[in-house]
Amino acid sequence: MKFQQIDEYAARLRPETKAAVHGGSKAGHEKRTKVLFDHYIDPDQLRKIAGEIKQHVVENLDTYLPAVEAKLRANGVHVHWAATAEAANQAVYSILQARGAKRMVKAKTMVSEETELGRFLEERGIECVETDLGEFIVQIDGDHPSHIVKPIIHKNRREIATSFERHGLGAYNDDPETITRRARVHLRHKYLEADVGLTGANFVVAESGRLVLVTNEGNSRFCLAATKCHIAMVGIEKILPKDRDLGLLLNLLARSGTGQQLTVYTEFIAGPRGPAQPDGPEEMHVVFVDNGRTDVLASECRDILRCIRCGACLNVCPVYRQASGHAYRSVYPGPVGAVLSPLLAGERFPAMADLPKASSLCGACNEVCPVNIPIPDLLLRLREKGKREGSEAAAAGTPAMGGWAVMASQPFAWKAALAGGRIMNLLPTKYVPVAALQAWQSRRTLPTWRGGAFRSWLHDRRKERAGSGSAAS
Amino acid sequence: MSNDREAILGRVRQALAPLPKRAEAPDWERELVVMRNARGAVDAAALFTERLKLVNGTPISSLAELVALFVSSGWRRGYCDPALAARLRPAFPPEIVFESDFDRTRVDDYQFGITAAVGAIAETGTVILNDAATSRRLAALAPWVHVAVVPRSRIHIDLPEAVAALGSDPNIIWCTGPSKTADVEGILIEGVHGPGVQIALLVD
Ligand code: SF4
Repeated sequence: MKFQQIDEYAARLRPETKAAVHGGSKAGHEKRTKVLFDHYIDPDQLRKIAGEIKQHVVENLDTYLPAVEAKLRANGVHVHWAATAEAANQAVYSILQARGAKRMVKAKTMVSEETELGRFLEERGIECVETDLGEFIVQIDGDHPSHIVKPIIHKNRREIATSFERHGLGAYNDDPETITRRARVHLRHKYLEADVGLTGANFVVAESGRLVLVTNEGNSRFCLAATKCHIAMVGIEKILPKDRDLGLLLNLLARSGTGQQLTVYTEFIAGPRGPAQPDGPEEMHVVFVDNGRTDVLASECRDILRCIRCGACLNVCPVYRQASGHAYRSVYPGPVGAVLSPLLAGERFPAMADLPKASSLCGACNEVCPVNIPIPDLLLRLREKGKREGSEAAAAGTPAMGGWAVMASQPFAWKAALAGGRIMNLLPTKYVPVAALQAWQSRRTLPTWRGGAFRSWLHDRRKERAGSGSAAS
Repeated sequence: MSNDREAILGRVRQALAPLPKRAEAPDWERELVVMRNARGAVDAAALFTERLKLVNGTPISSLAELVALFVSSGWRRGYCDPALAARLRPAFPPEIVFESDFDRTRVDDYQFGITAAVGAIAETGTVILNDAATSRRLAALAPWVHVAVVPRSRIHIDLPEAVAALGSDPNIIWCTGPSKTADVEGILIEGVHGPGVQIALLVD
């Protein structure tokens, strides 16, 4: 039997990476919990209602999408639609071409990572610079983010200092403050030279056509202060019905993600810059991206489309803490990724079907999720789908259960097996040539076999009771 | 891409058609999302001052105090919104230079930017800028020091109130303390792309 891929990744992680991921995610979770409970009388009620709002949006996208489109147009925004990753990249490229743009700055957009926009544009001679400090480091390293809100949770300062030196950003210096200042100096000139700023959106409000963007570093704001054209790539599920809903969702997003009451910069964008304002985009585009989302909507796992990408489920997940983000082999790691990635993979579902098994179903992800997504239920549904479709990846790490089923359904066979199991205590089980047993034991020890103990206890007790008669009654 | 529009909307309709009923939007009270400490608060300026300090921002309640901070910190050259300069300039010593334009080719020459805020949020210690009230987006962002001039009468008590007052400006930004990151080993560093010092000068 094979190990699950995620176990193999976890086993290969360097101890210091493992410690960094474990420590970072644990700290994130503790801050989240403290802040939510310090600040609110009933934080669980907030999560529940936020979940209902987002579920309402997901189940009414057929009316919300045309409504938000009309509002955006009325705000002077050009609206584009892209069914696939390729179409989304092409849409962005066409806008750049029409403006003769050669340089783009990018503030964290996960959709553009899904579509691999950076590579697509670089191949066409467009410079495309990531501006979030963590994302910038990932970019100069040719690496991938390993966490939704802490992209370089897997790197330490020495590795970063080495990358900066290699990239010509000064002699080796691993002081985090120096690293940050160097990025500040380097990147501000990139913003000012760029023709276009590309962002995602945390929310798009149907009622007002406002895009809402949050960052702590101020990078998306700099994109929108320095460039003349703003393009936002937005997943079709990012809608909120009313401005009022922002009061709830913004409060939850920051606290769930980073344990802050509010992210440092929260920007509300309803079109190109105002008439009196000299800085910022005179032209604005929104590209609505499907790229598999309508398949998710049609599936029995559509609840995952509520996700607001806060990262809380990663921080709390015992599997993520051991395995880190790259183990999930996709843009979205952790519990949310274990649901979303196989679904977004489309044809490639079978190859990703092991991810829903990367969970102990402990339920912690559901408990912390600001939009109350029942992730464990969704994982079970996907396990079933993997099984139904006979995916090999879905079967890895699971012993064949046929023999067990026969045994467990025959009382005599079951009893005999329980009693016979005692032989396990005498066997050096580590050396039994059964791959499944060896795999399991490589990281755990078997308890002493006590098969049948309960049955004989029950048997004795019945006899005892019968013997002492029914005096009590 | 108009084909993509029809394709996506068609697939959305198809995906939702089998649902026996659609989830409804819930009702909720605004009080639900108001922080414990802001419930029943009356002195917005006092709460704002307290909360801004918690996010490492610098609340300042008099012009003299601001000038003293500039002098002791050695901030000598920067941008000031011309509409504010008439009121502020006389209080500053002559060696502190206010420029009335923000020249983006000399972005590193500006140690500070002084701009007008359209309001603030007490509950979170947030200053609110928008395109109409704040003269330059860049001047409020690129220099190390940002001074937002906040009228006391425009401090919203809590977040729901601030959301309700968003209005129709095409660009509104809430700034809650200095720009920051914890990307490198979870260590908090302030002043990443935006200001490392975020000051709110409260005025009447
Ligand atoms: S699934 Fe929930 S907890 Fe996880 S990232 Fe999405 S919103 Fe956050």
